[in-house]
Amino acid sequence: MNAMLLLLADSRLPAGGHAHSGGTEQAVASGAVHDVASLAAFLRGRLATAGLVAAGLAAAAVTASGAGWAELDAEADARTASPAQREAARTQGRLLLRVARRIWPAPALDELAAAVPSPHHPVVLGAVAAATGCSPRDAALAAAYNAVTGPATAAVRLLGLDPVEVHRLLAGLAPALEDTAATAASACAAGESARLPAHAAPALDLLAEQHIRTEVRLFIS
Amino acid sequence: MTAPPDRAQSERAQPERALSERARDDRAQADRAQAGWAHAPGRAARSIHARAAVVAEAGPGGRTRLTTLRSAPPLTLRQTGPERVHLVSTAAGPLGGDHLELDILVTEGATLELGSIASTLVLPGPGRSAMVVTAQVAAGGRLTFAPEPTVLAAGCDHAMTVRLALHADASAYWREEIVFGRHGETPGRCHARFDATVDGRPLLRQEFTVGDPAVDGSPAVYGDARCVGNVLVAGPGFTHPEPGVAPGRAVLPLAGPGTLILALAPDAVELRRRLA
Repeated sequence: MNAMLLLLADSRLPAGGHAHSGGTEQAVASGAVHDVASLAAFLRGRLATAGLVAAGLAAAAVTASGAGWAELDAEADARTASPAQREAARTQGRLLLRVARRIWPAPALDELAAAVPSPHHPVVLGAVAAATGCSPRDAALAAAYNAVTGPATAAVRLLGLDPVEVHRLLAGLAPALEDTAATAASACAAGESARLPAHAAPALDLLAEQHIRTEVRLFIS
Repeated sequence: MTAPPDRAQSERAQPERALSERARDDRAQADRAQAGWAHAPGRAARSIHARAAVVAEAGPGGRTRLTTLRSAPPLTLRQTGPERVHLVSTAAGPLGGDHLELDILVTEGATLELGSIASTLVLPGPGRSAMVVTAQVAAGGRLTFAPEPTVLAAGCDHAMTVRLALHADASAYWREEIVFGRHGETPGRCHARFDATVDGRPLLRQEFTVGDPAVDGSPAVYGDARCVGNVLVAGPGFTHPEPGVAPGRAVLPLAGPGTLILALAPDAVELRRRLA
């Protein structure tokens, strides 16, 4: 286990992740997520789609350089049909890149910032993982972990769920997190960013578009 | 027509997958017989490999001529208008093990509309079924691809692959609808991958899986919908719908030159209404 990976995946990393619910706030507002069981189904589906896509992009970003940054960012765009989700991903990417360049200064991060000022979050996550000495699989695991822990914490706050029950749910997802990271890392090892996972989640797209049009909200996404 | 450069890679990826899943398919044979593949008369267990093609070219005076219209049963193509072709299914299926391909080429300045007479019912069989559609649209070309839905019967194991390569000045209206089983039926498995590029740059890449317990019924993916569909509108030749969101429907301007209409619905009729 890599200590840098723990720091990178920690929700206490001051990169603004706590402000995003990844569709959870709208799913709670619509009633689709209302208890631990429906949260579990939400998180499993999120991990198998948006989580796997983010993991693939993060793994690929570990070995990216030069023109590869803009290419990978365009691949992220093509996998994010919802403008609301693209905006959320770029906002989080920009914040993470800003703080990471202070915490882990590295030429690759400067190069990324010059090539794409507001990159998609998973691309930045992979770049930072590389700067801290993590492997593509580590980066994929951090992305998969982010894809479920942020929304789980949001659900605890929004629904007043028992935090121990929700953490038990996350522990149950650990094997799926490992599988997702392994799948993403092997897709990335094939070496062609066009073939990276592209699993769509239509309900998340609808939730994101509804959420951004909602006036009163606790979370940015 | 020439195949786009990325075709070989995808073809390499598929056969191995079909083989590895054959053992499990064999175990489920009893389910399949019940589900209907045994009821397809005249079909031996031997699977079908078929490749059909259509080429639309702009002739003198700018009128489109179909210079190639090659059917390969069960994919039978009928010209139904000056610039229009319908896919007429001349056999049940696809059944598990079948590998069907359709190649579409719209050359510079030509127009082609492709539809189908009926929905495609994907049935189980000895192996995985595959449908691969490869389309290229050259500068000033205009392609409408709007077949009837793909319905996933119980026990099916299907792979759908679409590769749409557009020139920067090309236009496309591309509809895809997947229905999770006939009325009251639990669908089999399906993996769909859609890749659209403009001048080689990615416009939209999407995969859908059905029959994965992590995804089926998840409020993050399909919720309680029984069908999923989308329409990609790309290029200057079609009116792009206004962005917006309504129950079960969103119109999403893509980062590239395209707009996606996305819909989830309880049935195929409602799905079509939401995609309109």
